[in-house]
Amino acid sequence: MLKKIVRALLSTRPADSPKLDPHKLKELVRGIMTTYPDEIDCDECYEQLDRFVELTLAGKSAAEAMPLVQDHLDRCGNCCEEFEALLSALRALA
Amino acid sequence: MAERSTLNGAPNTQNRAPSTPQEAPGTPQEALDTLHGARSNEEWVTVLSQPGLRRDAALEDLHTLLVRGLGYALSDRSNLRESDLEDFAQDAVLKILNGLHTFRGESRFTTWAHKIAVRVALTELRRRRWQDVSLDELTESRNGGAEFIPDFLADPALGPEQQAMQQVILTTLRRLIRDALTDKQRQALQAILQGMPLEEVARRMGSNRNALYKLLHDARRRLQQGILAEGLSPQDVLSAFEL
Repeated sequence: MLKKIVRALLSTRPADSPKLDPHKLKELVRGIMTTYPDEIDCDECYEQLDRFVELTLAGKSAAEAMPLVQDHLDRCGNCCEEFEALLSALRALA
Repeated sequence: MAERSTLNGAPNTQNRAPSTPQEAPGTPQEALDTLHGARSNEEWVTVLSQPGLRRDAALEDLHTLLVRGLGYALSDRSNLRESDLEDFAQDAVLKILNGLHTFRGESRFTTWAHKIAVRVALTELRRRRWQDVSLDELTESRNGGAEFIPDFLADPALGPEQQAMQQVILTTLRRLIRDALTDKQRQALQAILQGMPLEEVARRMGSNRNALYKLLHDARRRLQQGILAEGLSPQDVLSAFEL
């Protein structure tokens, strides 16, 4: 009986929080220390993403022409994923 | 709805990227021209704006093109269902028609249309992938802590000085996450670090992706200011972590 109670108590105790792995921790530190006031947000990036992808497709340096979009893509996983999917589609269709 | 019935009647086109490579056009510019097809930006907008047979044909062309494009864009996704490409393309065409007045002509129309289709598709796939995961499962909201930040990084290759520096920074970071961030910022930061997409975190917080990005940007700035206030320079911090 006692064993059952102990087991039940242990099973309801919150588990220790998992620690961030070193790679993600470094990503966090880099993200914090390279934060700038004039970053663009997801909406602004989305507005310009079609032009950015066309520059890339045309073999031009989109990052140089549109550095704020490149900076956002480096920080935002969702926008970067959309850029890469869009690029794959347009490359394959061309 | 005329658009929907036309779209439903569209031929069931290729649902997956073809396995044989397409013939490569000569220059990047020619490649873009090939993709763009026979219509100029103005023609796409004009034709799609006016009901009639020409619009039906343009809608069918657009839908077919988007299904093909999405096939390539999503070719590495494992959670696709059979009807997804058709459904995503159909939803995208409706969004494109509703947002036609917002097309500024700064890119080719078909590029703009694909951008919308990719957003539609990935938003739904993310929602589906994360639908059974709650924020509480990923975060320490119950105690408002920052225990997910480790005390140190065990890297025997580092010298004692660098290890000590990392420890100071991590201790500072834990304190700042606990004391300088709002509950929302702390929770969102942790969920993102656990891999949940921004828009899924936003959905669970009753917010939207853009607002959440701004919330996290503000969180990063607070943490940065807190670290700098401790007398640590950005270079000190980045080099301590070999960044």
